[in-house]
Amino acid sequence: MSVLARLLRQPFAVAGLALVLGFVALALAAPFLPLLDPNATEPANRLAAPGAAGHLLGTDQLGRDILARLIFGLRVSLAVGVAATLAAALVGGIIGLVAAFYGRWVDGALMRLVDVLMAFPYLLLALAVVAALGPGLTNAALAIAIVNVPFFARAVRGQALGIVRRDYVAAARLAGFSDLRILVSEVLPNVAPLLIVTAATTIGWMILETAGLSFLGLGAQPPQADLGSMLGDGRKVVAAAPHVAAAPGVVVFVLVVGLNLLGDGLRDALDPRMKGAETGVPQPATRVERGRAASGTLGHEASGALANSVLDVRALSTAFATPRGSFPAIRDVSFALRAGEALGIVGESGSGKSVTALSLARLAPTPPGTIVSGEVRIGGDDVLDLSLDALRRLRGDRIAYVFQDPLTTLNPLMRIDAQIVEAIRPGPGEGAKALRARARALMADVGLPDPGRIARAYPHELSGGQRQRVGVAMALANAPDVLIADEPTTALDATTQGRILELFARIRRERGAALIFVSHDVGVVAHLCDRIAVMYAGEIVEEGPARAVAERPLHPYAARLIACAPQLGQPDKPLAPIPGAPPAIDARPDGCAFAPRCDHAIDACRAGPIPLEDAGDDRRVRCIRWRELLGEAA
Amino acid sequence: MRLPGDSPPPHAEEPSAGRGLEARNASSPLLEARAVTRSFGGGGGWFGAARPALVAVDRVSFALRPGETLGIVGESGSGKSTLARMLVGLLQPSAGAVALDGETLDLGRSGDRRRLQRRVQMVFQDPASAMNPRKTVGASVEAPMIGLKGWDAARRKARVAELFTRVGLAPGHAGRHPHEFSGGQLQRIGVARALAAEPAIVVLDEPVSALDVSVQAQVLALLRELRDGSGLSLVFVSHDLAVVEALCDRVMVMRRGRVVEEGACRTVLAAPREEYTCELVDAARRLAA
Repeated sequence: MSVLARLLRQPFAVAGLALVLGFVALALAAPFLPLLDPNATEPANRLAAPGAAGHLLGTDQLGRDILARLIFGLRVSLAVGVAATLAAALVGGIIGLVAAFYGRWVDGALMRLVDVLMAFPYLLLALAVVAALGPGLTNAALAIAIVNVPFFARAVRGQALGIVRRDYVAAARLAGFSDLRILVSEVLPNVAPLLIVTAATTIGWMILETAGLSFLGLGAQPPQADLGSMLGDGRKVVAAAPHVAAAPGVVVFVLVVGLNLLGDGLRDALDPRMKGAETGVPQPATRVERGRAASGTLGHEASGALANSVLDVRALSTAFATPRGSFPAIRDVSFALRAGEALGIVGESGSGKSVTALSLARLAPTPPGTIVSGEVRIGGDDVLDLSLDALRRLRGDRIAYVFQDPLTTLNPLMRIDAQIVEAIRPGPGEGAKALRARARALMADVGLPDPGRIARAYPHELSGGQRQRVGVAMALANAPDVLIADEPTTALDATTQGRILELFARIRRERGAALIFVSHDVGVVAHLCDRIAVMYAGEIVEEGPARAVAERPLHPYAARLIACAPQLGQPDKPLAPIPGAPPAIDARPDGCAFAPRCDHAIDACRAGPIPLEDAGDDRRVRCIRWRELLGEAA
Repeated sequence: MRLPGDSPPPHAEEPSAGRGLEARNASSPLLEARAVTRSFGGGGGWFGAARPALVAVDRVSFALRPGETLGIVGESGSGKSTLARMLVGLLQPSAGAVALDGETLDLGRSGDRRRLQRRVQMVFQDPASAMNPRKTVGASVEAPMIGLKGWDAARRKARVAELFTRVGLAPGHAGRHPHEFSGGQLQRIGVARALAAEPAIVVLDEPVSALDVSVQAQVLALLRELRDGSGLSLVFVSHDLAVVEALCDRVMVMRRGRVVEEGACRTVLAAPREEYTCELVDAARRLAA
């Protein structure tokens, strides 16, 4: 249903649909229309011009009515095109599914067979098939179907290969389903959209190919009309009576254009990968449109101006565009960092911790992101005011990032030393040799063993921990003032994680860079950082010294989050789950975002925005009841 | 490494916190791995030299008793997921065998696989990939009742409703598609599917690793309920020692396909004997808040 709605939203697809429906209706209605006999010859009235009495589009060299032949020819061409497409889709689809599902030698054998078919130019292969079976429409359709089987087989196999590895196929096996049942009920429904799209975009092509064979005299045999044979007949008299060839030519053209428009529209409506294409080209920096949202200055005074801070973030809000409008992904985020200080940002997925980290250097993706309010001051400059050039210099030089999975951030085709050299901004007169030496020094600095060997390696040849060390080396290349690490150890094993955390601790000690460490794991952050900021639904709900927050959280969400994490050595910890789920980005309540899930919520919590309040001991909390709750706990 | 028939190591007999005692005494193992080995690749190529095979699981043996919860821990590449897939018959051992109720099964034969799957089901790591996006979640949960039990529609419908309630979802949710649920809800539906055909054992392959802490707590609470409230045996594969400790009676530590240490979960994690286990436990402890 929604597919049809999506299709009807595209004007070109609607035009294509109208054309195709018109032609199909005409072809279906052909026997009932008041048409002349398409095969009745009238030698006395040959090559009559269009508009001649009784012949709207004139007659051909045998005096047959062109309009009647056109409509009956359309009927034949459409039928042949549809039949050939269905046959090719059926056979190709089965080959693709079976090859992907069984893999190994079945896959090898079937795909080599398909390769052999593809090795011939399509027309040559079709000619060979027709030559072997004899001319005629059925054989031509068969030839066209065979020629197109590889196309379907390869497309379906490609898609199905991804699907047969999905766990739901394994689950169907565990459910005792037979192979046939798994193919039909689990795999086929997931390749069906692709099959439909491929068929829809191919059918026009197949009609053209059939016309081509008929044009060569290998398809429809006289006196039967189809669009291709009519073109062939018209070619012989094209100088004397151009309308004989022009009429079928125009129909083939318009029909194929209509089919292709419809096919493309179907592809866009059915293929989820195409939906992303609507969002547009990614921008080099997050768009900044401050002043639109005047809300979101709450509590930023509370942070105050921190003396000698290297990073000062005030009331930062980044909104994301959704189909239902623009909604803030982070709201009113304020914090400051001194040189050498480490801040851990903790939160669950969707809490806004990564958006916060990325917004600091305007790396949050635009579209859909826009920074709508706030300031990000690094050494006096507001990053949000900088020109693109100045921003580029800032990135890497004064603020650098380490991301979660270095396998996706490293270039798989470049050797490690070349990538590190690329990250270094060369000093005046510094040559390639000096840069390589600096790269080696950086690698040694981040504890990569055997820098000589690793320098020449490609990313895939390293372990996850080594790759992350390379990521850290690149981030440190220009001695940044602020190092931002976004879940840098989440993809690593516990022991490797421990070593990478030690590396971050050492870097901080030795280099004095401020560190922002984003993580979902309170334990990890408390271990590494001086301060913790806990985020929920796009807001900092609690901020303070790491130990204090981890051991004695003030905000009910922070308390529940810490209470529900299992802890080694406490096997009987109750792990009380937090009921419900965080609010969606477009459904944030006006008051406290955690109120719907909070045991302590009262009406005042829901009344309006809650400020981030100073709670003494260098702590801040976004809860109006923290004092009472602290009293209850004591 | 312990072979079936040997007496269990001393601390395996320690009762844990006063539950599951009667189950423990119920003797004979339900599911056994008998020197199970699985290698990938290798063999002679048509061109060039033969490549050595990668041995993912190397002669692993253990026995799971009724009502017992066994944790399998190890880092990535230790072979724990490969082992889990062999326990449910999704992969065939290259050598050794899986035994059910004391009888060796030939997982190359579909009849034996079926026998295994009637008793042993699985919960997968990534809840999003474990549900067919084009089927309702109810249909996914129903599948084992169709394939393994052959129940009629009315009985299946009742069982789906019962299971949805049991995992904390409204029975009416059965008619929805996977994209309408959060990761934690999908994982609970995954548990419902594993329970659908009334298995004796559920193998869980990193079932909470892809989930947020608060959502992980919801699934862990459900698993604790299952452990305590039914005679179900669980095999719980995870790299997270704290999660394993919170759930399991017994733990098996794997490294590079081999069992490094095995024993009562609390004993092993509190006082590991092997160097590698110490390393794992130390790393996890350092990171604890």
